[in-house]
Amino acid sequence: MSDAVATPPPAPIVTGGAKTASSGGDGIEGGIGGTALGDRIYGGIIWVFAICVPILLALIALEIFLAGWPALHKFGLSFLTSSDWDPVNGKFGAAPSIYGTLVSSAIALIISTPLAIGVSVFLSEFAPPWLRQPVAFFVDLLAAIPSVIYGLWGIFILIPALRLAIIPFLRDTLHLSVIPLFNGPNYGYSMLAAGLILAIMVLPYIASVSREVLLAVPRSQREAALALGATKWEMIWGAVLPYAKSGIIGGIILGLGRALGETMAVTMVIGNRPEIKASLFAPAYTMASVIANEFSEASGDLHLSALMAVGFVLFVITIVVNAIARWLVWEVSRGNKS
Amino acid sequence: MYKRCTWVLGAMAVLACSGGGDKSASNPKDSTSAANGASTASSGADLTGAGATFPYPLYSKWFAEYAAKAGVKINYQSIGSGGGIRQLTEGTVDFGASDAPMSDDEMSKLKTPVFHIPTVLGAVTITYNAPEITQPLKLTGEVIAQIYEGKITKWNDKAIAALNAGVKLPTTDILVVHRTDGSGTTYIFTDYLSSVSPEWAKAPGKGKELQWPAGIGGKGNEGVAGQVKQTPGAIGYVELVYAKQNNLPIASIKNAAGNYVAPSVESITAAAEGAAAKFPPNTDYRVSIVNAPGANAYPISSFTYLLVDKTFTDAAKGKKLVDFLHWALTDGEKEASALDYGPLPESLDTRLVARLDSIKVGS
Repeated sequence: MSDAVATPPPAPIVTGGAKTASSGGDGIEGGIGGTALGDRIYGGIIWVFAICVPILLALIALEIFLAGWPALHKFGLSFLTSSDWDPVNGKFGAAPSIYGTLVSSAIALIISTPLAIGVSVFLSEFAPPWLRQPVAFFVDLLAAIPSVIYGLWGIFILIPALRLAIIPFLRDTLHLSVIPLFNGPNYGYSMLAAGLILAIMVLPYIASVSREVLLAVPRSQREAALALGATKWEMIWGAVLPYAKSGIIGGIILGLGRALGETMAVTMVIGNRPEIKASLFAPAYTMASVIANEFSEASGDLHLSALMAVGFVLFVITIVVNAIARWLVWEVSRGNKS
Repeated sequence: MYKRCTWVLGAMAVLACSGGGDKSASNPKDSTSAANGASTASSGADLTGAGATFPYPLYSKWFAEYAAKAGVKINYQSIGSGGGIRQLTEGTVDFGASDAPMSDDEMSKLKTPVFHIPTVLGAVTITYNAPEITQPLKLTGEVIAQIYEGKITKWNDKAIAALNAGVKLPTTDILVVHRTDGSGTTYIFTDYLSSVSPEWAKAPGKGKELQWPAGIGGKGNEGVAGQVKQTPGAIGYVELVYAKQNNLPIASIKNAAGNYVAPSVESITAAAEGAAAKFPPNTDYRVSIVNAPGANAYPISSFTYLLVDKTFTDAAKGKKLVDFLHWALTDGEKEASALDYGPLPESLDTRLVARLDSIKVGS
């Protein structure tokens, strides 16, 4: 995680190379001239790599779009708004899976963001040094667990816990069933289960980035706040967190990207029912799950195309979410400077 | 100079990238096989095939034994029936395999017409989680259809109670569990429901994936079985092989002759026997054998097929494949029941072996 924050930009090296090249042209022969040629080749190769990435992205988008076009063309806007997903009769509407992807990711972020920030604040501000490394290690380790393992854990631990304890407690003991969100069937397999599992899965992403960012906040920032008579709480809330805000948002977005695209663990616990229900206890479906579940046996052209179209919609949503995130980070960091 | 050099390299990169892109765009075979996570021709294999996952344990045993016996290596990718049909249509494999017969629409896209060669029989079992029920539950197709339509919602519904006289049924809700991934198992199950319930045939119909009127979805046999096992009151359907090997409670189903039959290797072979008696001599075997006649026939049974070209221009390949099929339908069949697959009835074996002779090998 730390290298994502601290990677030195390659651009200055190239510029440096260009300068050497021009000074080499001024008549200094031999070794330096050779370096200039090497620099040019190096610069060129870097260019190739740099250009390849956006081109690759554009080609992927184009391919998916073209493959999904027959379905998008046939159903038009109703592909996004219809809840009909009926492969037998060739009717495809992706609304429930779009809804499921967005809601399950939102639940994940709502739960994991405060937790992750809490963990990282503890690690950067409170934890004694001997505790910091081990706890950070275990949080990072969460990211290394394969998603199918999360899914199995979901089936065998989380689902029974939801069905036997958590859902009855929320719905009946706390009488939250007056709110549609908490009123519904009790299978265990539900939107809530997917959100909870995603929350655990995205936690390490948000926590690691936040921790690195908090550790990068200058000491002077903290000392200044303390010198003004702030308590530790006021120091963290007033001086450290605002300074690290843009980085933390970046971490949240990284987590969101992971949540939007997660397939296996979600499929195993969400109940896979393409319906939009207000209740968090009702089974739901996500875009990634639809594709993973149906692709291998989709034999009709339209069905295949509809799955590709779902992939395209997921792709667009991910890009839009990321764009909004970049903009947020940019806005926040600009606000910090002024 | 530096700038120009960069531009040249940059332009080359663009060409290289777009060239690669065009290639994959114009060659859907590559992208499909890559997406299926399977490499096509593996080095050293004489024949390659792809398709159904359901018969894979048996097929892999067959291929291993046949390689040892005849020295012919067959590489089979169990990527699902749909993937198998796609790869066969694109000509990237020598034969396909499918749990459901190909539709006319799919057949029309093939470059070379294919024979459907049934290899073994599979069955779909109804499993449930109701510890109160101590003896095997009895169900009819009509009742199963109504449960899956969400019309029967309680275990002690009159319709279920009438079939299970003297059995104390739980008063709980029924939770319907179905497969959510595309699957031949779902095809067989819904084919059966469509054949016994006109209403089911009209509304969700039959298919490898469909719009379920009720319940939740599990991924794979293990997903469905897991959800059923964990949720009291749940009902689901899984393959016989899976149900047997995991000792799940299995319902007996009323067959066309009016008997309640538990699924077993014998009762699904009996279903094929009853159905095969009615096949016309020139049948293409693209027929459903659900709800087959016969006193002991288990009604939710089905063939699984190998899809083999009717003509082979590559004579060597064609001969190898036909020889293998000969072996599979005679010696190979004997291995089926040990792995809980239903072997084909002998009468059908004989007919199929005769059918193999009509495969044209060489130009």
